Amino acid sequence: MTPEEKTNWTEREGRLERFPIGRATRDAYGEVLAALGADHPEIVVLDGDLAKSTKSAVFAERFPDRFFNAGIAEANMAGIASGLAACGKIPFISSFASFLICKTFDQLRLGVSYSKLPVKLVGSHGGITLGPDGVSQMSIEDIALAASLPGMTVVVPADEVSTGALVPQVYAHPGAVFLRTGRNKVPRIYDPGDTDFQLGKGRVLRKGGDVALVACGIMVAEAIYAAQVLEAEGVSCTVVDMHTVKPIDEELLVLVARECGAVVTAEEHQIYGGLGAIVSSVLGRNHPVPLEHVALRDTFAKSGEPEELKKLYGLTWREIVIAVERVLGRKRRELSEE
Amino acid sequence: MIHRAGSGHPGGALSLVEILAELYARRMRFDPEHPDWPDRDRLILSKGHGVPALYAALAWYGYFPKEELLTLRRTDGRLEGHPDRCRVPGIEASTGSLGQGLSIGIGHALSGRLDQRTYRTFVILGDGEIQEGQVWEAALFASAHRLDNLTAFIDCNGFQLDDAVEKILSIEPVAEKWESFGWAVREIDGHSLGEIEEAIRWADGVRGKPSVIVARTVKGKGVSFMEGNNDFHGRAPTDEEFEHAMKELGAHPEREAFL
Repeated sequence: MTPEEKTNWTEREGRLERFPIGRATRDAYGEVLAALGADHPEIVVLDGDLAKSTKSAVFAERFPDRFFNAGIAEANMAGIASGLAACGKIPFISSFASFLICKTFDQLRLGVSYSKLPVKLVGSHGGITLGPDGVSQMSIEDIALAASLPGMTVVVPADEVSTGALVPQVYAHPGAVFLRTGRNKVPRIYDPGDTDFQLGKGRVLRKGGDVALVACGIMVAEAIYAAQVLEAEGVSCTVVDMHTVKPIDEELLVLVARECGAVVTAEEHQIYGGLGAIVSSVLGRNHPVPLEHVALRDTFAKSGEPEELKKLYGLTWREIVIAVERVLGRKRRELSEE
Repeated sequence: MIHRAGSGHPGGALSLVEILAELYARRMRFDPEHPDWPDRDRLILSKGHGVPALYAALAWYGYFPKEELLTLRRTDGRLEGHPDRCRVPGIEASTGSLGQGLSIGIGHALSGRLDQRTYRTFVILGDGEIQEGQVWEAALFASAHRLDNLTAFIDCNGFQLDDAVEKILSIEPVAEKWESFGWAVREIDGHSLGEIEEAIRWADGVRGKPSVIVARTVKGKGVSFMEGNNDFHGRAPTDEEFEHAMKELGAHPEREAFL
């Protein structure tokens, strides 16, 4: 029996102080975008026949003259956005995250990234937790693809409050931004009205000395749950909400790596090219410490209920706890070797 | 330019010279001193590989010094091998990955309509280029939204990189296709300045739908050994070929033609 199998997970689960379930991040996006529309006539919104799902429909209802449904033709939609932006508009274009990035990648590369135009890409149904619709609708490569485009900012907020606070910053940012939202109602981590979020800056949610947990999106709540469990067992954790995956907050990363000497990342994304890979690159260049990633292990998911999928593909606080135990083992070994 | 650069696409640049000449000399409103003038007419070269012809037009009208044409494709120059809107004044869109320019043109046309501006957006596509699916997404959108401030030219020179368009993946009948997508269509000789001028006037008068001018052209037009010779799709002329071509065009090769 491995130590992991001996662990009493039920007992650990009993220690969790779960957050209340809030709204989906896509709902917060739709509401804030529509509110921004009133003050900013240069905002033009396009959707690829998923406005009801991405919630750009809220804007469409209030500003029908500045909303264009591009139909099921995402590449054209991205090109139109490029032209609009070249004329001084701030286009927000939406679809599911996978279609928004995968079907338009060449258009984004040349017409947005290379063209240095402030097109705002908002992809809903990010990750695997959209659930029953299955792999074709899921997006586990979007962060990697978007981050690979020069100048592209990539934002993966954790809850409705942070999404609501970040959308106006996405609008105001002078460059192109990819914002990933989610389909499901998710734990509300922040108090309503909290506006202490800054694009490009991670937010420290807990301070600890043993290990730093760096997460984005739905994995922020899981990281906090993991920290609660570990805290009770004498492991003190720093938890960072790294909502801006690119450009990543290098200063904060190096700081927490220095303070804790071990880092675990957690994301609802393919292990290659996402938050973990970016953190690994930053720490490798600046301050290497034992590092573990919680992410999809080079696999697609499948149809299923969101919570079941999270367990099946290892995207819960449990996998974070296991990763912490592993990373602390390495940290101890390295310290004893010194 | 292409000879000096040592690489490029002379054939597809030469086939659209008259279209550009007519647009810049007689139709388009623009101000080289203010390339971002919001009311300027737009020209988007979707077939980005034809950009040397566009650079020549832009230099002629003073967007940048003519001498700079000889820096085409050089590390220390800004005249990229394909259009780059960030580096070169007068270039409206970064293109070169085929199929994208019409969508970008729609963005300009939509913006003009939203802001009640009267400029027209012209987009030049290649005939091989319209094999790209995105072009037809754009064709649907432009007619659905009745963008009559948008005019496309299809430079039908009959060839794409590997062979004749007809042999690779036929796009004919071109005019009928665009018509069925809801566009007003005119077919012309793309080397006749008179026909081009007349077609542009016609396009300016079309109401309620976008217009497309199918321009029948000759790849490599103006140089006998390049005309219809697809060997010059993507290679620069040799020194000997260059001299020969300059003579045919009535220019002095040592003066690089237009300098």
